[in-house]
Amino acid sequence: MIPFDYVRPADPADAVAAVGGRPGAAFLAGGTNLVDHLKLGVTGPDLLVDVSGLPLDRIEETPTGALRIGATVRNSDLAAHPLVRHRYPALSRALLAGASGQLRNMATTGGNLFQRTRCPYFQDTSTPCNKRVPGSGCSALGGHTRDAAILGASAHCVATHPSDMAVALLALDASVVLLGPDGERTLPLAALHRLPGDTPHRDTVVEHGELVTAVELPDRASARHSTYRKVRDRRSYAFALVSVAAALDVADGTVRDVRIALGGVAHKPWRAERAEAALRGTAPTEAGFARAADAELAAARPLEGNAFKVPLARRTLVAVLRDLAGAADGGTRHDGREGGR
Amino acid sequence: MDARITLRVDGEERSPTVDTRTTLLDALRDRLGVMSPKKGCDHGQCGACTVLVGGRRVLGCLALAVAHDGAEVVTARGLGALPDGGDGNSGGGLNGNSRNGDGDGERQGPSDDGLHPVQRAFLDHDGLQCGYCTPGQVCSAVGMLAEAAAGHPSHVTDDLTRTGPAVLDDTEIRERMSGNLCRCGAYVNILAAVREQAAVREQAAPARGEAIP
Ligand SMILES: Cc1cc2nc3c(=O)[nH]c(=O)nc-3n(C[C@H](O)[C@H](O)[C@H](O)COP(=O)(O)OP(=O)(O)OC[C@H]3O[C@@H](n4cnc5c(N)ncnc54)[C@H](O)[C@@H]3O)c2cc1C
Ligand code: SF4
Ligand code: FES
Ligand code: FES
Repeated sequence: MIPFDYVRPADPADAVAAVGGRPGAAFLAGGTNLVDHLKLGVTGPDLLVDVSGLPLDRIEETPTGALRIGATVRNSDLAAHPLVRHRYPALSRALLAGASGQLRNMATTGGNLFQRTRCPYFQDTSTPCNKRVPGSGCSALGGHTRDAAILGASAHCVATHPSDMAVALLALDASVVLLGPDGERTLPLAALHRLPGDTPHRDTVVEHGELVTAVELPDRASARHSTYRKVRDRRSYAFALVSVAAALDVADGTVRDVRIALGGVAHKPWRAERAEAALRGTAPTEAGFARAADAELAAARPLEGNAFKVPLARRTLVAVLRDLAGAADGGTRHDGREGGR
Repeated sequence: MDARITLRVDGEERSPTVDTRTTLLDALRDRLGVMSPKKGCDHGQCGACTVLVGGRRVLGCLALAVAHDGAEVVTARGLGALPDGGDGNSGGGLNGNSRNGDGDGERQGPSDDGLHPVQRAFLDHDGLQCGYCTPGQVCSAVGMLAEAAAGHPSHVTDDLTRTGPAVLDDTEIRERMSGNLCRCGAYVNILAAVREQAAVREQAAPARGEAIP
């Protein structure tokens, strides 16, 4: 590990100034991803600016009815918050499907958004990786591709974004509040993460020194009928192969509003706009769900090792919509205990 | 870069000087000689390094010591001395309702052998083989029981809108303890030990779920 300085900033502006003023500086939050990367040599900042103690740990309703989640709120506290459980169940479910109890007690809202890919070559400094060392090549292409993306990948990088939380936030139309040297800006979460293109070393559009201070969720009827389903190689404590977050509002037998995001399939949490368009205004039927999934996945370009993700994403999406439509009918609830979680 | 930090470890104040790169786990073991937290993977994947910080279970291997200046740390070594004797509410960081169990649960309150009730239960149920994962398992179980008492849901909780202490059946316990791996595969008996302790706590404070309005 490369030696580094450590500071605790007095307030968010101080944190922004400390990182912005030094090219090698980085924010430290729960440390669950960054400390791992320091040990692996994936990254080597010369200054850590610890934001975990900043007063950004509140969850509060705004005057417009939105929910404002501070950047340092721990994942476990966010998942357990009564308003989140009631109004945004997909978010609770996504957080609870991630990592372990210990890790969720450490991980923060801000850090979770910026966690980096679990591509095995990205974490192995002995192998080429365009994301870690721009221009060095991509070891996943022609290598292990079981975890790789099926949508939106490039010839330079086929990595997937690992966050569960971000997938739920995307389906819930979250926005992200950023504080930079020039003040505050708010970005839709959908615009935060990038596709790899020929610059896969950049995961997001955030500039060096910009600090996430909060995430905001609008109050939407569909959000209350939302859920998250994650498919993985073991039942718990594993990253997603494929995941689906969806929010569905059905009235008078037609889909009034639907929001869908997919995880484990792309370099960023993937908003399934084609599937949403195929569903809006139609009757919520099994055949319709399948058509919507096919509409989204028509663009899928699987590799040898991850072709299974296409039918898996299709089935998972159909199952989630079926659950939500059943719950909207007053029928079966989403059952967290069935297989494939 | 060196930094002098102060930690309260198992009730005792310690002020080591650490390199900023030192993890909390390495500070405890290598600098302070507190050997009960174990290094399994050193990457957050096994739970052997689990300790309680401010009453909440965390992984010592992914925590930087310098970032925990001023923290209250309890390792498996210090569990038995927790003032609550393990009524599941040791979690100072959790907003659990404070209650005084009247002690009719058999293992409420500190036991004579200096062990925490959860540790005693691991012994009674043979919840270990080589014992390497055990300090992490017991710390995790104590933290987990406090989370459940504070009403935290889990991945397998069917109804998210129910508040009040969580009811811990076997599925819940397995899920909530999934961050602690055991190479020896002592899971069946670990489950039995935690199940016993969950039952003791439930008896002392029955789960009173209410729907969130
Ligand atoms: C074994 C293991 C299993 C896991 N399983 C899952 C899983 O199943 N699902 C899942 O989603 N995640 C999983 N995770 C990842 C975990 O969720 C992330 O590591 C965690 O959310 C990161 O949050 P943190 O606060 O610890 O961030 P840190 O590690 O402190 O920081 C991560 C990055 O975010 C930056 N950062 C932090 N805060 C801010 C801010 N406010 N503004 C701008 N930048 C910021 C840091 O500079 C750093 O680059 C797992 C991790 C481990 C170790
Ligand atoms: S897929 Fe991306 S992260 Fe993985 S080796 Fe290729 S460039 Fe690196
Ligand atoms: S040693 Fe910390 S989780 Fe394995
Ligand atoms: S008892 Fe040996 S690793 Fe768990």
